Amino acid sequence: MGGMKSSPPAPKPKPAAPPPRATLSAVEMGARQREISVSEFFTKNRHLLGFDNPRKALLTCVKEAVDNALDACEEAGILPDVAVKLEAVANGGAAPPPSQATRFRITITDNGPGIVRQQIPPIFAKLLYGSKFHRLRMSRGQQGIGISAAGMYAQLTTGKPVQITSRTGARAPAHYFEVQIDTKKNEPRILEKKQIAWESPRGTQVAMEIEGRYQKGRASVDEYLEQTIIANPHVKLTYVTPEGETKEYPRTYEQLPPSPREIKPHPYGIELGMLLKMAQDTKSHSLSGFLSSDFSRVSPAVAAEICKTAGLSPNARPRDVHGQAAENLYKAIQSTKIMAPPTNCLSPIGERALLAGLYRQIKGEFYTAVTRPPAVYRGNPFVIEAGLAFGRAPEQGEQAQPKKAIPLAEGEDDKDDHELARVIRYANRVPLLYQPSACAVTAAVLDTTWRNYGVAQSRGSLPAGPMVIFVHMASVWVPFTSESKEAIAEYDEIHKEITLALRECGRRLGAFLRRRERAHSEFRRRNIFELYIEEIVQSCNRLKGGRLATAKLKDQLLKMAAKITGGGKTDELLGKNGSGPEGLPHSIIVTPEGVEGEVPVMVPNGAPVAEEPVAAPSAPDAKTPRKTKDRASPKPRAGRTKKKR
Amino acid sequence: MAKKPRKPTAVEKKLVGVADLVITAAEKRKDPTIAIPVRALSNVEFNERKGLIEMGKRKQARSFFNVGMAKKFMQTVLVADALSELQRANLTTSLREIYYRTKHTIKDSHENTLDTQDESDPIIEDLEVTLTALREELHVRAENAGSIVGPVVFVDDGDRVDCTRLGKGGYSVPSIVEPEYLQIARCTADFVLLVEKGTQWNRLSEDKFWRRYNCVLLTGNGQPPRGVRRLARRLHEEKGLPVYVLVDNDPWGYYIYSVIKQGSINLAFESQRMAIPKAKFIGLSSADPESYGLPRNVGIKLNDKDTARARELLGYTWFQKKPWQEEIKRMLASGLKYELDALANKDFQYLTKKYLPRKLKEKDWLD
Repeated sequence: MGGMKSSPPAPKPKPAAPPPRATLSAVEMGARQREISVSEFFTKNRHLLGFDNPRKALLTCVKEAVDNALDACEEAGILPDVAVKLEAVANGGAAPPPSQATRFRITITDNGPGIVRQQIPPIFAKLLYGSKFHRLRMSRGQQGIGISAAGMYAQLTTGKPVQITSRTGARAPAHYFEVQIDTKKNEPRILEKKQIAWESPRGTQVAMEIEGRYQKGRASVDEYLEQTIIANPHVKLTYVTPEGETKEYPRTYEQLPPSPREIKPHPYGIELGMLLKMAQDTKSHSLSGFLSSDFSRVSPAVAAEICKTAGLSPNARPRDVHGQAAENLYKAIQSTKIMAPPTNCLSPIGERALLAGLYRQIKGEFYTAVTRPPAVYRGNPFVIEAGLAFGRAPEQGEQAQPKKAIPLAEGEDDKDDHELARVIRYANRVPLLYQPSACAVTAAVLDTTWRNYGVAQSRGSLPAGPMVIFVHMASVWVPFTSESKEAIAEYDEIHKEITLALRECGRRLGAFLRRRERAHSEFRRRNIFELYIEEIVQSCNRLKGGRLATAKLKDQLLKMAAKITGGGKTDELLGKNGSGPEGLPHSIIVTPEGVEGEVPVMVPNGAPVAEEPVAAPSAPDAKTPRKTKDRASPKPRAGRTKKKR
Repeated sequence: MAKKPRKPTAVEKKLVGVADLVITAAEKRKDPTIAIPVRALSNVEFNERKGLIEMGKRKQARSFFNVGMAKKFMQTVLVADALSELQRANLTTSLREIYYRTKHTIKDSHENTLDTQDESDPIIEDLEVTLTALREELHVRAENAGSIVGPVVFVDDGDRVDCTRLGKGGYSVPSIVEPEYLQIARCTADFVLLVEKGTQWNRLSEDKFWRRYNCVLLTGNGQPPRGVRRLARRLHEEKGLPVYVLVDNDPWGYYIYSVIKQGSINLAFESQRMAIPKAKFIGLSSADPESYGLPRNVGIKLNDKDTARARELLGYTWFQKKPWQEEIKRMLASGLKYELDALANKDFQYLTKKYLPRKLKEKDWLD
């Protein structure tokens, strides 16, 4: 363009000749086109799998390994014992302090069923290889990417292979492998394999060295493990932090969750492409057979009805159905009334186990848990569970009080902490730590009117107060918003179920708060009068020029105060007249006097324990347990225990 | 306060009555209760004959042994105590000082007797109406928020204040202007012009409007404080001066006028000493933009609050006269309000040189 300026009279500059461009023929272009392996794709797009930054990468690696360990144990019917160990590794020179370290060695050990020798390399060093993708069954992992992606990340950042030790039983030998991924072919490359002596009779150990950062707080490994324990009280976890501290999380619930069953897909949840693929792969020879055997809830009668609506012969070969016919079939499925999918494929945590988890991990005064009946979105069954832990533990409350003895200035008030509730989210028992704002759970919490339940909440924000809100979605297929499984997508059905569960929790919390309020209000009433009587007497005395019989006036007023607030009546109201957490199912209430509700009982030997019914505290002075009396007259509501802390 | 023994004032006796009420009730094992006249629109009546708003008979009980009222009751006794202290010491004070005087943390607790001044102010008003004592009699003063200039001479604490010799700024009207504190030594003016806005009062004062039209110029900077209202009333009553009120053309201006004329709803019992039933509304009227050729673009659109307030005014008994109904409805119909300042659109001195002279000449005012 510069050359044009030198010829001003030219009315319209002639377009400059286009610079010579490299042109390519289709043949040349074709030579450049080649297959991209999944591994290569994810090497370039590692943020899709949760390896965006070193801190998150550390968490993702731990998470994938722990999720796999738990899935394996549960499927094999073994109560999981998992050990997580993080070590800062020196990158040349002495090992730096954990907060400065950039390299970590992660070791996760479980007592699971172990892995057979031949499967070890592909499981840990081949992307999209696994047992979970092809079936509809509730599990933590879904795709078979996680652990191999973690290994690939290790390989990418430190060049070190993943080290696996696994043993399938006391009589079998332990196998040790070092594997890496061949990213071009997406195939495992075995660097080392041998039989070794291993102290564990059974289980798997995975170790890898990665580039990462260790930092406590939000979305840290520590938080992830703590939250995992809440939703998995049947897990025993040992965690060795990079600082070398060992944290033990004992098992609080001695029962494995019921094993979820595998189901066939429900016709409503299928897309056209998937339908076509299934029709290609089916073993059935007739359309009606295909429909009734490859889908859940399709009886031969329903299959016949679908065929009729679609205008297809029930005896047509499934493989021949494509084009317009397939589309008709798809539409016919959508318009036919089909029973909701079976829900025995789901394994919710359960109210009691959830309560145990919350109670163990979170200090509070009130706990409750709700498991909703199963529901369905897009043909996938799911269950929503919600829980609440509210308040501060009584001990903490007592400590906090004495320091507030200073007189308050204008504009200050007693409740000067504006702490917001914490929302912890789970999908298939796995904590979700990132992207809370994109998640259906957060949206439902915000949509709930917590003020109805006696909790403060400003517009468009989380409820305020010392409160932890727990929400779990269990489903054969959790609709995540991305591959890194960070947030649950907002389907109307899911939103509705979460809201219903939260409301139930809220109602119980409201009942608890009101009850506590009622008990204290009479006491406070009397207190108020006593407080103000002194002021009034002093003022009256000054008004009367200091010539008042103050003691007499005070005495008269105090007597009236006691009479009006009814001495005996107040005490009666303060007492809990023996009925415990009244009308609050699946709840625990902690008071300075003790604990009421379904409290898990810990027994040293770790055997499952039947809860023994014990009296709920009947009066504030219930220092003498009244076990005997209660045994003689069992209450209709069983399972209430009282435990001194 | 070891002065020579002096007789307690009537107000002081009334305040001690609060203590007596508590003592007597306690003696009889009864809940101490103070009956406080209700200060709300529902409990005022417009006395058409006198042209005043008067307080009705309804009272509300404030009892101590009632959780909702216990604290207020305690505060009432506390404020009564502080007020009687003022009486004994013969001091005057402000609302804010009363608040600070009565505020302390209650023994053995984290609770303050009062948290903000918003709690003590209504209690002072409660005591005013309950004891039928004026705020001035209770020795509580407000800010000096008013100014006066014109041919009038006051004696204030023995000083002669000649309001013709105070330049543009005038004399700052004290909040207590009862004859004991302020005497009117001489007044040769023909009328009083009470201006809502300080800015317009400044314009008139600077232009020496008062000299040419021989009047007293008074302003209260917005809703006139009690001192200004009381002083206007005294000039009206003692010197027989007619009072004209000049306010913005908006619902709040109308209400300011009505408070000057009939008294306020909140402190209706004071109307008898404050109100000037013969006061006239000289402007700005909703008819003025047309008759004085004010362009539409200097108007301001009425907002929802303005409209709602105007509708309320339409319902008040003392705005039922036909010209007033027309006045307010005309404003609503135009959807616009006008500030006094808008007159400057025509000329900086339009108010002094054209508007007021014509208004006075044409006797164009509302009653």
